[in-house]
Amino acid sequence: MSDPRDPESQRRLRGRNLAMLAALLGFVVLVYVVSVVRMGGA
Amino acid sequence: MTDLTLETTATSAEAGSTATWHDFVALLKPRVMTLVVFSAFAGLLAAPGALHPVLAATAILCVAVAAGGAAAINMWYDRDIDLVMARTRQRPIPGGRMRPEAALAFGVVLSGAAAGMMGLAVNWTAAAVLALSVLFYVFVYTVWLKRRTPQNIVIGGAAGAFPPVIGWAAVTGDIGLGALALFALIFMWTPPHFWALALYRNDDYARAGVPMLPVVAGERHTKLQMLVYTVLLLPLAVLPYWIGIAGPVYGAGAATLGLLFLACALKVWREDGAATGHRAARLMFGYSIFYLFAVFGLLIVDRTA
Repeated sequence: MSDPRDPESQRRLRGRNLAMLAALLGFVVLVYVVSVVRMGGA
Repeated sequence: MTDLTLETTATSAEAGSTATWHDFVALLKPRVMTLVVFSAFAGLLAAPGALHPVLAATAILCVAVAAGGAAAINMWYDRDIDLVMARTRQRPIPGGRMRPEAALAFGVVLSGAAAGMMGLAVNWTAAAVLALSVLFYVFVYTVWLKRRTPQNIVIGGAAGAFPPVIGWAAVTGDIGLGALALFALIFMWTPPHFWALALYRNDDYARAGVPMLPVVAGERHTKLQMLVYTVLLLPLAVLPYWIGIAGPVYGAGAATLGLLFLACALKVWREDGAATGHRAARLMFGYSIFYLFAVFGLLIVDRTA
């Protein structure tokens, strides 16, 4: 098993965390935009 | 599942999680997803009525995410046979870069969230068909049929035929005749598409114990079945024109593309695969992907023109 403290593992973990952040932000924006559209009567 | 499962699980557990975000993207089978998204978009455009562009984009996103989630669950379940097939052994789980349970959790969360979002944002009919397609793909195709019968991709092919129905239901809130015509088109297209692949990946499937038709019934019988399905597909592809959801450009295009597909099937029928390296089957597999993109592309052009 790779050492979670080594630089390569840290780099992968950071990449996954950033991807998760992007996905969550995208989801929040999507819910906001869909709410605005639905409340507008679409 | 086979006894290879334990070995794979042990290897993956030792590997821990060295997965990058690219591995999580790979779990979604992005190339398959493009066809799913494209056919859902065509269903959405072919349906009578209109949907706000934001909601239409949300519906397509939900279809894509749910399809990706189902693919991740499929990779979790099939990790043992993926390990023994050359085509799949570098996938994240058999490659030892991702724990199986991480893939399962990823797939379940994505599929569930996509179906829920479809219901809340678009309508619950589309959400129900989306959920049904995921459940069908996972339980009927992956778990039940894939390893038990050479009819696996015939019946299981229904899972891949749902996307245009979901697109249609997103607009209309129901499932009309047009949606069923698009469903039938993909359903009839699926067997010759996968059997063309199975003809030249026969050894892989045999080694993994997957009873694809060429493994169980032989090449000759498979080629005959491919021919039959391609003939049946020919009028079905023109059906959207006959029932009035597409114009003559689509009708003529679909008929021409279908005749070319039939020519591919005839070439496969006449080919001695062992001597040619299954060149005709490879060609037919490639053409089948082009065919579906082209037919649905024609439908999209026809509806937007």
